[in-house]
Amino acid sequence: MSNLTPVTDATFADEVIKATTPVLVDYWADWCAPCRQLTPILEELSKQYEGRVKFVSVDTNENTAVAANQDIRTLPTIQIFVNGEIVHATVGSVTKMKLRQALDALD
Amino acid sequence: MAQHELIIVGSGPAGYTAAIYAARAGLHPIVLTGTLTSGGALMTTTEVENFPGFPEGIQGPDLMENMRAQAEKFGAVLVAEDVVSMELGGASKIIKDSADSVYEAKSVILATGSDYRKLGLDDEARLSGHGVSWCATCDGFFFRDKNVIVVGGGDSAIEDATFLTRFARSVTIVHRRDKLRASAIMQERARSNPKIHFEWNSQLTAIHGESSVTGVTLSDTLTGQTRELPIDGVFVAIGHEPRNELIAGQIDLDPAGYVVVNHPGTATNLPGVFACGDLVDNIYRQAITAAGSGCRATLDAQAFLEAAE
Repeated sequence: MSNLTPVTDATFADEVIKATTPVLVDYWADWCAPCRQLTPILEELSKQYEGRVKFVSVDTNENTAVAANQDIRTLPTIQIFVNGEIVHATVGSVTKMKLRQALDALD
Repeated sequence: MAQHELIIVGSGPAGYTAAIYAARAGLHPIVLTGTLTSGGALMTTTEVENFPGFPEGIQGPDLMENMRAQAEKFGAVLVAEDVVSMELGGASKIIKDSADSVYEAKSVILATGSDYRKLGLDDEARLSGHGVSWCATCDGFFFRDKNVIVVGGGDSAIEDATFLTRFARSVTIVHRRDKLRASAIMQERARSNPKIHFEWNSQLTAIHGESSVTGVTLSDTLTGQTRELPIDGVFVAIGHEPRNELIAGQIDLDPAGYVVVNHPGTATNLPGVFACGDLVDNIYRQAITAAGSGCRATLDAQAFLEAAE
């Protein structure tokens, strides 16, 4: 369970697609062990990039419409949206360094 | 730059046990734990029933959290970054991490463990996350009523296949031999499951699909004949390989890529560099054997440091 702002099937469009700041979306589920390893990394990065990038999470177990629309087939998946478009996506394990590089490339 | 006595790279049972012993010995070890791989292979397991001292069993992540806390309690400094480079040949070992910190140490314990073995096929990386998966428990949910294959013949392949039958319409185990390596009890479980089928003497030679997996090519290992199999998902369970990419070329490895050590010691060919856990072990590969070798690595490093004084 992460401390990132949860978004749902109902709020995804407003919180992610229509957002005016870049948004990092973390797709997870409680059965996904690698997701649990990623959580503290994302929480740390969310503090470092506060005000520049919004960090949100999608519980794919509860929000199957978003997961299906985004064609999520692997957890964890990370997407970064800018103005409603995916500018970066990683599937499976990803290191803190790779995430930092992707976030720094937004500036 | 301050020179440390000992740096430990890795944070599975081997790395944390090495850290516990080193911290208690007053070596003030720095432990580079890695980020996503922090805690090692047990972080992705569930119930561990065979680690001595836990008669009721313990969750893999809980066991690792306990080891981490125990190392920290005695003063090990844990750094949650990935190592990006190591220079191990000199008297002073130089290690750089993903936050651009540079560490110098008299001795190093390598405990980087192993990673999933890849198929080595052209479209594997492109379709990874789009139908190609290494984690059945993570991704099985997305293959409800789909047809999937599991590549492999060991316990983990059979475990994955059995798990996937909860979601998938059919699960086909693709194995390059005509019998499984898996234990008898696992095999029986798979054979009695009506959703599980077998493609014997078959090797996966290609994965097809534009944006996601639509099929695979199998090659008969006896006749060489190929055939197409329409499929929605490919789960890969063909074992592990040692994580040696940062040390290959500067340290002796065996033909399979494992670090060569002076068994039962843990010394590598480089003075002051020791290795333990799955990085040196392709036989036992247990949490308890990894922990034991981590202990030996610190005792060896300690003897090395004392002799050098």
